Amino acid sequence: MLEIKCPYCGKRSQNEFSYGGDATVKRPTLGEEISTEDWDNFVYFRDNPRGKHTELWHHVSGCRQWFKASRDTATHEIFDTCKMNEAFNE
Amino acid sequence: MSNAYRTKNSTGLINKNKKINFSFNGHTYHGYEGDTLASALISNGIHLIGRSFKYHRPRGFLGVGVEEPNAMVQLHEGNKSEPNIMATEVELVEGLKAKSQNCWPSVQFDIGEVNNLLNRFFPAGFYYKTFMWPKSFWMKIYEPFIRKAAGMGVAPLQPDPDRYEHNYEHCDVLIVGSGPSGLASALAAAKNGARVILAEDKANFGGSLLTDEVTIGNMSGKEWANDTVAQLKSLPNVIMKKRSQVFGYYDHNMTVMIERVSDHQENPSKYTPRQRLHYIRAGEVIVSTGSIERPISFGNNDRPGILLASAAKEYMKVYETLVGKKPIIFTNNDTAYSTALEFLKNDIVPVILDTRNNSNGELVKEVKQKGINIRFNSGIADTKGHLKIKSAVIGELDKDKENFTSLESIDCDCICMSGGWTPTVHLSSQAGNKLKFNEEIDAFVPDKKRQRESAVGAANGSFTLNQSLAEGFQVGFDLSNKFTDNNIETNTPNSKEPKYEKHERLWCMPLPQGKKPKRFIDFQNDVAVSDVELAIREGFRSIEHVKRYTTLGMAGDQGKTSNLNGLQYVSNIEKKIVPEVGHTTFRPPYTPVTIGAIVGREVGNHYLPTRKSPIHNWHEENNAVFVAAGLWQRPRYYPKESENMNDAVNREAANVRKNVGICDVTTLGKIDIKGPDAPEFLNRVYTNAWLKLPVGKARYGVMLREDGMVFDDGTTSRLSENHFHMTTTTAQAANVLSHLEYYLQVVWPELDVNVLSTTEQWSGIAVAGPKSRELLSKLFPNIDLSNEGLPFMGLVDTNIDGIFTRIYRISFSGELAYEVNVESNFGLHMWKKIMDEGKAFNIEPYGTEALSTLRIEMGHVAGAELDGRAVPFDVGLNGMVSKKKDFIGKRSLSKEAFTSEDRQTIVGLVPLDKRTKIPEGSHIVENDKVASPVPKLGHVSSSCWSVEYNNPFSIAIIKDGKNKIGKNLFAVSPLKDISIPVEVVSSHYVDPDGERVRS
Ligand SMILES: [Zn+2]
Repeated sequence: MLEIKCPYCGKRSQNEFSYGGDATVKRPTLGEEISTEDWDNFVYFRDNPRGKHTELWHHVSGCRQWFKASRDTATHEIFDTCKMNEAFNE
Repeated sequence: MSNAYRTKNSTGLINKNKKINFSFNGHTYHGYEGDTLASALISNGIHLIGRSFKYHRPRGFLGVGVEEPNAMVQLHEGNKSEPNIMATEVELVEGLKAKSQNCWPSVQFDIGEVNNLLNRFFPAGFYYKTFMWPKSFWMKIYEPFIRKAAGMGVAPLQPDPDRYEHNYEHCDVLIVGSGPSGLASALAAAKNGARVILAEDKANFGGSLLTDEVTIGNMSGKEWANDTVAQLKSLPNVIMKKRSQVFGYYDHNMTVMIERVSDHQENPSKYTPRQRLHYIRAGEVIVSTGSIERPISFGNNDRPGILLASAAKEYMKVYETLVGKKPIIFTNNDTAYSTALEFLKNDIVPVILDTRNNSNGELVKEVKQKGINIRFNSGIADTKGHLKIKSAVIGELDKDKENFTSLESIDCDCICMSGGWTPTVHLSSQAGNKLKFNEEIDAFVPDKKRQRESAVGAANGSFTLNQSLAEGFQVGFDLSNKFTDNNIETNTPNSKEPKYEKHERLWCMPLPQGKKPKRFIDFQNDVAVSDVELAIREGFRSIEHVKRYTTLGMAGDQGKTSNLNGLQYVSNIEKKIVPEVGHTTFRPPYTPVTIGAIVGREVGNHYLPTRKSPIHNWHEENNAVFVAAGLWQRPRYYPKESENMNDAVNREAANVRKNVGICDVTTLGKIDIKGPDAPEFLNRVYTNAWLKLPVGKARYGVMLREDGMVFDDGTTSRLSENHFHMTTTTAQAANVLSHLEYYLQVVWPELDVNVLSTTEQWSGIAVAGPKSRELLSKLFPNIDLSNEGLPFMGLVDTNIDGIFTRIYRISFSGELAYEVNVESNFGLHMWKKIMDEGKAFNIEPYGTEALSTLRIEMGHVAGAELDGRAVPFDVGLNGMVSKKKDFIGKRSLSKEAFTSEDRQTIVGLVPLDKRTKIPEGSHIVENDKVASPVPKLGHVSSSCWSVEYNNPFSIAIIKDGKNKIGKNLFAVSPLKDISIPVEVVSSHYVDPDGERVRS
């Protein structure tokens, strides 16, 4: 079980969190004209990198805040976590 | 003679003043307090414990602790019965009952032993080769045969009566193993102020210090251990755990430890758990797990009475038990000589065979000085003795040690073998440590760490006491300094120990000429040298493949005594060095763990938390039958007298249509939404328009996922300009809240909106039926509940008995209906008030089944239709989709696949005979007579008995549904083997124009 540092609450065990996927995906702006291909890329397609991955976590059994984590998908090492409006300290 | 095999001196750790009676295979014996089941049996001269896994060969003890591969027993009886328990790990307790397993009819005479005679038919990969075909034989013939033949113990069929607990711990430094290096690191870390947990698997702290003749400072090793343990116990920052095995090392320094809390107690108190599972998140882990002795492979090296030399020594020194009185010591190194010396202390002169040409180690010299003849350059070729070792065929080896030059037979009653030592690297390996091969000791040791884990002492390949203590004190201090600023360093005491000479690289004896006795490597999995040879001959090269093909080092044992000998043998055949062969992965658990401990207290009703509405007790008192809705317990129906479910549901639903019914809807998800951007937010979340919803009005809303599928629906009302009250389905309440938080926090942080779950703050009571207005008007005479005063989708705040009450005019049943909301604490009070007032109107409570009936008849969609595969068009919600604005998932709706005319869409179904109920999940086909595969048009999502028309009615999702209305099709259920002719009708079966809700 991973230990994840919520930027609001501090270190907690993984079972308090839920995973939210790639944090670098940007939702298209509402009302914007968008090709089917671009829309499908947003809805369905994600990279599956081995190594460093910037991802979202939700402290669902805690403060209920979404935040970002930089994690190695191969080793599970978490390099840093930060609030949505912050950048990693790396 | 009972206890005939005890040592002369009572310097061990058993208490001869306390006799303990136990039984093994139906015979009664006794041992003493401090004995294990193993030591007690051996002291009674019993070595035959069970039969081996594959060949059913008689087997006895190989080891003295967790390394034991053979001596597994079935413990206790009835519901406490437990299979596959290592007898070496069981502390003797009064009345203990144990029996052999994997044998029939008895351990002495076992029918399965025929496997041993047929062993040429049981080579490596036997199961893979033999049970390949025909496929149809698997379930009926092969599988039961394999299960019976390869079965180990028997799992009890009754529920486990014992109590298990889970505990969560955090510490700065966790130390696994309390030998010299473990005690040293614990002392250093604890004295420096770190929070320390020290875990020891055995019943006594001290590890090798309990058996080795060494001096630390001015104390014996054992005294120093006792002294150090006393110091540690006196420190407030130390938790000491005996009988506790750290068996798993997971990510981010999460380790799991099993503590045997009361297994060794005769009468544990009622609330003492049997075992406790500790999840320990450690800042740093020190692996001081020591080492395990390696066996040597020689002909028939698995007979009862053949065991590890270190085990023999520990039986003598700790358990005051003699493994035999006519021993042979067989070794390739110096350490086994301490076992020889221990026998000599008991006036027993062992025969000593040493594969080496000579040794001048201090222990060897001591033995020589006592005038004992050591047969150097010698080994064992074969052994005899069916149920217990009787003699050994021994001989001198040739120059290359590949053949015996001469052989002779000598009598013996035990053989104590030593092939050197293997560091116990399992935990380090589990932690992701890349091991490296240390040629000095011919074993793998931890190297590149991936986690915060450090091996010290023998586990690190440091086999001398000097090194172990130095590493322990240093690492304990260094690591504790990460957590404290004290900088208090403890000095390493001086120590004295015998000097050892190097072992010989020889772990497999040549075969005696003209004979092919089995030379076992892995005792637990019955893997012999010949199996490894065969695997390689058949082309298995990767060590991982050899492992799986032969089963070497697998299962509960995890190769504790077999792993390195297996690798060594593969490397000999392949003519490669061991590190080139590589090693297999060690997996948790290090030792077998009871399922009960893993499950802990989360059994039965405690498997998941239960949520109850504040009105729950009333439902119970009124004969409700409950159904689980997620974690919630909801009344399903309220049977009267002899009613069955169908009768009750039909009565309840019909009463709503005719009079008035009351339903507890507290479980619906409720979310409070506040903020200046709340209307804009709802406008983006829902498919329909929200900006112009007037204050005091509710609106039905549908929300989608980004892929266009309907996610949830519900009614949301505007309480004030910037304040909304959202309701969700019971099932999706938590997901909807996370969804809203995601969009507010991640996607549109610029929106000034807050959301908060208020599900548990409000109790909701639905009052539905043509008489609902009359009823509520009597209860709330001060408010205007007329159609004009409170129209459909209106809401009004009021007060009764000083209780704030909010009444919504919304309907799920399709009838004129209201939903009365009060603070949860007043839910029961309000419910009773409505029930009392309702008597005059024939009010009856209705449960989830009647609720379903009512909504199905009306064609209202619910979870069965909104199953994550439906876009709004499919389920008749296209009218809810705004053409003007953008919202979550809208772009997906214009994709080609989601606009196709022949998508499966919602319809109603009525059986032609108006009697046969259509099972949910049935397939809809055009013709049920054609040969399969029959083209499928869709499926039945919900079924009910229509109380309005008194015949069955179902909702189905079928291809091009709109154009199928009026057609006759078939609903087939292959599971129930029925085919029902049905007519397709509108899904709005009752009141299609929705007049009643607006009346
Ligand atoms: Zn948090």
